[in-house]
Parts: sequence; C-alpha cells; structure tokens
Amino acid sequence: MMSGPEGLVLRATEVHKHFGRLHILKGVSLDVRPRETVCIIGTSGSGKTTFLRCINHLEKIDGGSIEVNGHPIGYRMKNGRLVEDSERNIARQRTEIGFVFQRFNLFPHKTALQNVVEAPIQVRGLSKQEATNDAEKLLARVGLADKKDTYPGKLSGGQQQRVAIARALAMKPALMLFDEPTSALDPEVTGEVLDVMEELAHEGTTMIVVTHEMGFAKRAADRVVMMDEGVIIEEGSPEHFFESPTHERTKAFLSKIL
Amino acid sequence: MFLQALWATVYISIVAQVLGIILGLIAALMRMSSFRPLRFLSGAYVLVFRGTPVLVQIMFIWLIIPGRSVGFGAFTLKQEVFAGILALGVNEGAYMREIIRAGIDSIDKGQMEAGKSLGMRYGAIMRRIVLPQAARVIVPPLGNEFNNMMKTSSLVYIIGVYELFSDAEQVFSSSGNVAPFIAVAFWYLVLTSIWSIVQAVIERRLAVSEHGDELSLRERAVAVWTEGGGVARLGDWPFGAGGRWRGRS
Repeated sequence: MMSGPEGLVLRATEVHKHFGRLHILKGVSLDVRPRETVCIIGTSGSGKTTFLRCINHLEKIDGGSIEVNGHPIGYRMKNGRLVEDSERNIARQRTEIGFVFQRFNLFPHKTALQNVVEAPIQVRGLSKQEATNDAEKLLARVGLADKKDTYPGKLSGGQQQRVAIARALAMKPALMLFDEPTSALDPEVTGEVLDVMEELAHEGTTMIVVTHEMGFAKRAADRVVMMDEGVIIEEGSPEHFFESPTHERTKAFLSKIL
Repeated sequence: MFLQALWATVYISIVAQVLGIILGLIAALMRMSSFRPLRFLSGAYVLVFRGTPVLVQIMFIWLIIPGRSVGFGAFTLKQEVFAGILALGVNEGAYMREIIRAGIDSIDKGQMEAGKSLGMRYGAIMRRIVLPQAARVIVPPLGNEFNNMMKTSSLVYIIGVYELFSDAEQVFSSSGNVAPFIAVAFWYLVLTSIWSIVQAVIERRLAVSEHGDELSLRERAVAVWTEGGGVARLGDWPFGAGGRWRGRS
C-alpha cells in the first residue's frame, strides 16, 4: 500500500474525464482533510456530479489521479504503467467511501433495516446481530427508528434519503459523498435531510456535498468549491464565498441562485 | 403404466425447464458481458436454437448422444430421456435468455450503482439485489414458458420416450380408438391448471413485500378459474393473475 500525504482523506490531482468528445473534467484538483465538510457548487453541466462519481470510480477517469486515505482509486501501477484495478480491489476501495445518490437508490425489495445491514453483512462479514445493532442505532440517528421494518415504497422521499444516508454510514466510510441529495425531494422534506447532514458535518464526518442548497453550504461547510466548465474556479470559506466572491462567474452564479 | 407416463411428462418438463433457466441465465449474463466473444457466443446460441424447429433439435441431439443410458451418480436415465430433456432444456434456454435479460434490464441502473458504492461485487449485487427484483418481471413469462414446456414435451415421443402423449399414441395404434387422445388432452389440461395455481402462489409471494394483504388458497384457486384460466391471464401481469388482489399501492 502506498501511504498518502500526511492526513489527507482525499487527494484528487488534475482529474480529467471525457464523455465521448465532451471534455467534462479539465484538470480538477481537490484535497480534503479529515473532519472537513466541502460543498461543491456550480451550474449544471459544470462537472461537479461527474467529479463526485469519479471519486468512488463509478466513472473511470481519463487522466490525473484520485487517492482516498492514500490509496489510489481504480488504478494501480503495473510495470510502471497505470492499469485499471481488479474488480475485487475497486470494491474494497469503495468500502472506504460512502455515496448518497440524488435518487436514493434504496433496494425496494428490502426493508429499511435490511437495506442498512446488507453491505455490513455481505461485505464486512459482520454477524446479523452486530449489523442489526449498528443499523438500529444509525436509523435512530437519522430519526427513523420506528420505520425499520418499512419498505422504501412506503416511505416519503425525505425518509428514503435518510435511510440511504444510514445505509452509507453503516460501512463506516472514511469519506461520505453526497450527490445533490435533496434535488429529487419535495421542498417541504429537504429540511429533514439537510438537518441530518448538518449534524454529521458538525460531528466531524468527512464529507463532500454537491448541492444547490446555499443555506446548507453556509451553515455546514468548512470550505466551498465553485466548479465551472470542468474546472474549479474558486474555493474558500463560506464567509469568503457568500460575502466577497472574487471570480466573475461565481458572482454571476450566486446572484442568480441567492 | 399410465401414472408412469404422467410422471414422465412432469419430470421431463421440470428438469428441462430448470436446465433452460440455468442456461438462459448464463446466456443472459454472457450477453451483458463486456467481453466480446462471450456476447457473440450468447447471440449464436439464441440464433441457432430459436431459429430451428425444436423437433429437429430433439432428433439431432438424440442421434449424437451415444449409448443406451446416461448415469448421474446414483441414478441413470435412458438415453432417449436424457436426449429429450437436454434438447428441450437447451431450446428453452434460448427463450429464457431473452426473458431474463428483459427482467434484468428492467431494473434501474441505480441499483447496481448503489451496490457498487457499498463495496459489493458484481456477483453479489446480481444475486442479492438485481435478480430478486428482476424475478418479479421474469416469473410471469417464465410461468408461460413452463406451461408451454409441459405441452411441448410431448414431442419427445418421436425419439421413443414413454410419456403422456406416447402412452395415448400406443393405445391408439393398437386399438384404432381416438378416445385416448381426448383423455390425454384432459390430463394436459389438469397439469396446466395445477401449474396455474402454483404460479399464482409464487407470483403472490414475490409481490408480498410491496403489497401487504393476504389471500387464501381457495380464493386464489377461484381467481385462476374465474379470471382467465390457465394460460392467457399470465401475460398481463402485474395486473393480471387475478388483478383484484394485486392492486398497486
């Protein structure tokens, strides 16, 4: 195992990604330290979701490198060349990274509890009892202790997303990724999901959140990153960002969205 | 003798169908592989076995399998029975591939991604996440396939397998009486009707996790007969199979 630069959870360096002829990511670099909450904002099509999906190798990168806890994601050196890693290793690396999808992607044939215990049992090899204990605590933490035996189809969007967060947390990942977690929700339930995320942020969970919720970014982020046309054009503290942005595109974006 | 013939039809159909499901699943997964030769092989399989008559396949496989019997550990099958099952199963696999692939395709890609993001591997995601959901889509047409299988299995009489149809045929050729064919038709109807009930139970089991309410076996049996009988109703799942108990929530 390579050991990463001291203490970084994520080190993304000059990440490039194409979809056919479209150059989506044009050299994105981002470091995330432990316990940090980073919000990525930007217009749709700026590449922020693609970047997030590259971090756990749901998308393959075409250039640059991504390391989580010092381990390169998706690729390894072989005879001095980078080759795609084996499926087994990629799966193992993903256990370090929790991912919360815009559309929840809960397993509809499993109850809330079964959704949460699935990976700890199948991947981590926990006993059913251990996994269930952990899962019940997590569901309580997201305020859904009483819904553990309910199927996703019977839950509201906000409840489903909270189960999805519990499911990702159950693997005890070093890094949590949130891909526009409230974009598919009715406005009246976004609050309950954002509250859970804010709590996680304040408890010191290391997380990257792609979001359009500027209120959340202001309250929870340690750092805000603005992406535009496949590059990071500005980053800084929320205070800097919302009070004195420097880049013209950032100003234009914020004036539209606030 | 007659019960033996009835039993032969039942077990030939079941074993051939199971073989067809296994081959269909393998071919479906090969079809979705990123490795080109596997996709090609899967395509060739379907092309050949869907594109030629099953009767020809039965004859051909019967002719190329040597010996008089084929042994599987403790028990042996007569050569013609083995050839018949193999031919029916391999033929069925070509149809099952399409059914299984359609079932897998019907599952949102987000399910695979969710499994991956949790560190699960392809096989585990297929087995625990995708296929159980796909089963709801696969089972109704699979039921139709098995219904067909029980009737199509009569074709193996041509290679000398003793089963329902050949039993009737033997009586006919020694007596010239057509009654055995009426009797045999009745028995096929009995088999397919029983199967309809079994299928309704299976489908309801699969539906139960999304829909709460239970229905008694008697109500199910009644529904099978009053709402389309054994064959046609299966196509209109999920609203069919006695749509009155399968209201979508």
